Amino acid sequence: MPQVTMTVNGRQVMREVEGRTLLVQFLREGLGLTGTHVGCDTSQCGACVVHVDGKAVKSCTMLAAEADGAEVTTIEGVTPADGGMNPVQKAFQDHHGLQCGFCTPGMVMTATALLAENPRPSPQEIRDALEGNICRCTGYHNIVKAILAASGQDVSALAAE
Amino acid sequence: MYNFDFVKPTTLQDAIAALSRDEAMPLAGGQTLIPSMKQRLAAPSVLVSLTGIPELKGVCRADDGAVCIGAATTHAEIARETAAIYPAIAALAGGIGDPAVRNRGTIGGSLANNDPSACWPAGVLGSGATIVTNTRQIAADDFFQGMFTTALEPGEIITEIRFPVPEAAAYAKFEQPASRFALTGAFVAKFADGVRVAITGASEGGVFRWREAEEALGASFSPEAVDGLSVSADGMIGDLHGTPEYRANLVRVMTRRAVARAQ
Ligand SMILES: Cc1cc2nc3c(=O)[nH]c(=O)nc-3n(C[C@H](O)[C@H](O)[C@H](O)COP(=O)(O)OP(=O)(O)OC[C@H]3O[C@@H](n4cnc5c(N)ncnc54)[C@H](O)[C@@H]3O)c2cc1C
Ligand code: FES
Ligand code: FES
Repeated sequence: MPQVTMTVNGRQVMREVEGRTLLVQFLREGLGLTGTHVGCDTSQCGACVVHVDGKAVKSCTMLAAEADGAEVTTIEGVTPADGGMNPVQKAFQDHHGLQCGFCTPGMVMTATALLAENPRPSPQEIRDALEGNICRCTGYHNIVKAILAASGQDVSALAAE
Repeated sequence: MYNFDFVKPTTLQDAIAALSRDEAMPLAGGQTLIPSMKQRLAAPSVLVSLTGIPELKGVCRADDGAVCIGAATTHAEIARETAAIYPAIAALAGGIGDPAVRNRGTIGGSLANNDPSACWPAGVLGSGATIVTNTRQIAADDFFQGMFTTALEPGEIITEIRFPVPEAAAYAKFEQPASRFALTGAFVAKFADGVRVAITGASEGGVFRWREAEEALGASFSPEAVDGLSVSADGMIGDLHGTPEYRANLVRVMTRRAVARAQ
């Protein structure tokens, strides 16, 4: 079995994996990082989004072996070490960007990648970035609002809708 | 998904050697192949990753002005790196799927797969690009041979795609809203010696050139030039998203929009 070494949330890990082991299985079952969710397992819903070398990817559609040597960040890794929440997570809470919370880890990881590339996105740019993240509860409006707020922009115009 | 041996060569030569093994397949972004393997539609015994080979990645400019894109370059990289040199291709790449799909999926994987609703076949055929493999160069007109079928031989790897840069070009896609693939998409490119129009998502034969529109647009490159034309619904795809007649109409509508965008 191939051996993989990667840095997950700043910590180096080394494991044997099967060729077919998906990155999401490696994270959840191998490392116990169950914050990354599996919704569809068919690369549609985005619940499994993590960052690989800083880029958002669907971890249900990437082999663990492909991430050999990479830096991987999961939802556990964006949370401050002293507990609490990072600004994107806090904004989701403040603006009711979640209901059941199943899609939230993927939403937060996609939003974080967006804000790294585009620190002041428009509401339309936020919606475009969320194209591959499905939420069955919120209707998206408050997710867009939360991400807009996390980027430091005024959300009062959106709030009126 | 059945298990397989995973290999990740760092040179093209090693990749070709690995692909000569029994039931070996190349793996690029995996955005099509991994879902197919989960459904057991594909069950290779060896997967040869193309993502660790530097010579298959990146965008450059050839001496004759052509834009050359390594086969294992992701849609996201292409969107970024061709924005200034071939904006119509950058826009096509930036409109594929969603950000996570664009961060993994590659142009070579999309072309080898030749999904009848994919975007790249339209951009490549519409540009009259050349597909370079480890053994030869294939003109776009000869490469696409029907739904999910291409001129590639077993074990042959696409290494690069060379796009001549037109005077004006644009891609217009009518999205199937759940998958983001093209319900119908038109890529229009105006060169000094004529216009090319490639249509994806519509025909059961996969991507095709719409010759009548090419002629009409060659005479007058304006959206109105295609108004009088019509396309037969024979051989168009009919599914729960749209009838053959609906797609035949979209061929004209999307071509018109692409021309308007290219003005
Ligand atoms: C949610 C979602 C939305 C999508 N939306 C769109 C869309 O809007 N438009 C669109 O066009 N596509 C879309 N796609 C498909 C996407 O573009 C894929 O990335 C692409 O079709 C396959 O590229 P890949 O690099 O992932 O290839 P892989 O899945 O790795 O490989 C696909 C096939 O090509 C072969 N192959 C790969 N590279 C080479 C090579 N260099 N030479 C020879 N053979 C090779 C493989 O063996 C395999 O048979 C979408 C996919 C998903 C999951
Ligand atoms: S679980 Fe990966 S996209 Fe749905
Ligand atoms: S909050 Fe329930 S799926 Fe998004």
